[in-house]
Amino acid sequence: MGHLLEVKDLKVTFALRFGDLTAIDGVSFTLDRKEKLGLVGESGAGKSVTGFSIINLISKPGFISEGKVIFEGLELQSLSDKDIRSIRGNRISMIFQDPMMTLNPVLTIGTQMIETVMAHKKVSKKEAAEIALEKLNKVYIPSPEKRLQQYPHECSGGMRQRIVIAIALLTDPSLIIADEPTTALDVTIQAGIMDLLIELCNTENMGLILITHDLAVVSQVTEKIAVMYAGKIIETGPTDLIVKKPRHPYTKGLIKSLPGAQQPGETLNQIPGMMPTLTDIPKGCAFHPRCEIHESVCTTKIPILQEAGQKDHLAACHLLHKTLEETNGAQSTPEQDN
Amino acid sequence: MQNEKQLLTVKNLVKHFDISGGLLDQLAIQKRKIVRKRTIVKALNDISLEINAGETLGVVGESGCGKSTLARTVLCLYKPNSGEIYYKGNRIDGLNHKEMLPFRTKMQMIFQDPYASLNPRMTVTRTLEEPVLFHDRGLTSREVQQKVADVMEQVGVDPTWSDRYPHEFSGGQRQRISIARALMVDPEFVVADEPVSALDVSIQAQILNLLMEAQQKRGLTYMLITHDLSVVQYFATRVAVLYLGMLCEEAETAELFNAPRHPYTQALLAAIPKLGEKKAKYIKMKGEVPTPINLPSGCVFHGRCPFANERCEREVPSLQKQESRIIACHAVEEGRL
Repeated sequence: MGHLLEVKDLKVTFALRFGDLTAIDGVSFTLDRKEKLGLVGESGAGKSVTGFSIINLISKPGFISEGKVIFEGLELQSLSDKDIRSIRGNRISMIFQDPMMTLNPVLTIGTQMIETVMAHKKVSKKEAAEIALEKLNKVYIPSPEKRLQQYPHECSGGMRQRIVIAIALLTDPSLIIADEPTTALDVTIQAGIMDLLIELCNTENMGLILITHDLAVVSQVTEKIAVMYAGKIIETGPTDLIVKKPRHPYTKGLIKSLPGAQQPGETLNQIPGMMPTLTDIPKGCAFHPRCEIHESVCTTKIPILQEAGQKDHLAACHLLHKTLEETNGAQSTPEQDN
Repeated sequence: MQNEKQLLTVKNLVKHFDISGGLLDQLAIQKRKIVRKRTIVKALNDISLEINAGETLGVVGESGCGKSTLARTVLCLYKPNSGEIYYKGNRIDGLNHKEMLPFRTKMQMIFQDPYASLNPRMTVTRTLEEPVLFHDRGLTSREVQQKVADVMEQVGVDPTWSDRYPHEFSGGQRQRISIARALMVDPEFVVADEPVSALDVSIQAQILNLLMEAQQKRGLTYMLITHDLSVVQYFATRVAVLYLGMLCEEAETAELFNAPRHPYTQALLAAIPKLGEKKAKYIKMKGEVPTPINLPSGCVFHGRCPFANERCEREVPSLQKQESRIIACHAVEEGRL
């Protein structure tokens, strides 16, 4: 029995008029039950495409051109459309960013939940309603019986996201992919939703992939982090190591540029420039034009993920020997004033 | 009464929006009688603030608490229902368009979404020229051009790109251009409404640095509206916390973040995810934010407050000055907290 989910050298290509565009290139990671993985990166880094490609939701002109996704021993790419449907939304559930867009505004919450259960399980409508109630209780929705009769607009943003999570739980999945689940919510609501996701992973024995741009959120929720840049994972490892001892210059820059890493009033460390568009990714290391320490090798050779000091901590950089000294020298980055 | 240092003073500001629609929308039948019902959003209720020259006042709160309404009302873009706004001792609410003009050059605004706030059909030059041409007609066209180039240089946009349109720029660069537009008339006071929320993390740092640099060079005063508490902690001199259109607490940034006193501020600060801290030790709040249409009686926070008692339900807490801090809470006042 291997991992719950294993993604191997995944490559997603979009065949466009002006040629092929590689949205994600050689992404690999594994996930076990009860484990939480954070996919972090800026917009356009390929986080969401990675999430979608796991459940084969990449629509034309995009397709998975290379690599494998192995889930509970099944290779998902080789399945027929019909077979993938017994996995997608059933064994693997997805939670999206905006709960108002995810829920159908003209159907009651009860209708939507019962519909989902009956699409995946052979149960009567009454049994389906019971399952729906049970799941609403699990996500701590007060008076769930009443909620089933209501429409999405009658609930607040946080409540809606809880309902979306309850819908994701209906089929007792073993993996949940959450794509920016709290970006549309306030911080006080966000804290509650994140707590709920952590708790559910443990009680329901599920794996969680949390896709977000917010490093701070990820660092609180997950055990593992994969940092993405221009379609590639450029650093991955246990959360503590990535946050406290990042080795890739991009991760380092990202953590230093967060307000809060510095004393108020100091100039923030900024990463110059911006992420390249996928149509013109620089030669060699995609990050080299923005990298302070880049050398000639970075402009020609694409770096591969290699061990960065500690077990499971990998970084794709030619100059890891340089970044180590810096890390040891200035260990002030993630210190927080409390 | 007016302190020399005070640039902007807001007293008992109230702003309500009537969203009840036309007469026919308002009519309803109750007990076999036709009654007229009005729906009023109480966006700002009795807000008093002072902003000193050269400082940054951060205004924080959850969505719907009236942050953006406050920003616009302070600039007299919305007419307040009651209350007074003073700019350098001159009362500016209630001025007509023409009387307002000299103040408009002193007060500028930066908006959240750089995709929506720039006119897609205007080149950068035209966007930047417009405020100058509108306000001081004294400059020659060459001087205006020179000024456009200078300001573009200052915000880090290459002046040779001045003939391009907004769609040719990235989000970060567009936000630089909207900052440039605000700086064109050499303002003293800039209201920035969520200036970095639409941007990526690595770009956010660039824009925050730019704002800070502009403040140091030009001696600007900022009112920074944001929901991102880490930005406020880093950037602001003082912080005002809003909840449902009411001011809960106002204090020096370091003081507020080190020792929040108001129960809402405490809960809000505890909810910020912090890098590298394993588990959020946040304070659970009961329920959800009520709507500003039906404000709760008494203290607006009482329904969610763990320290609320019967007095909180009944009586609206007044703003009390405690050393350098202003706070509206019965529990703090009575020494229960």
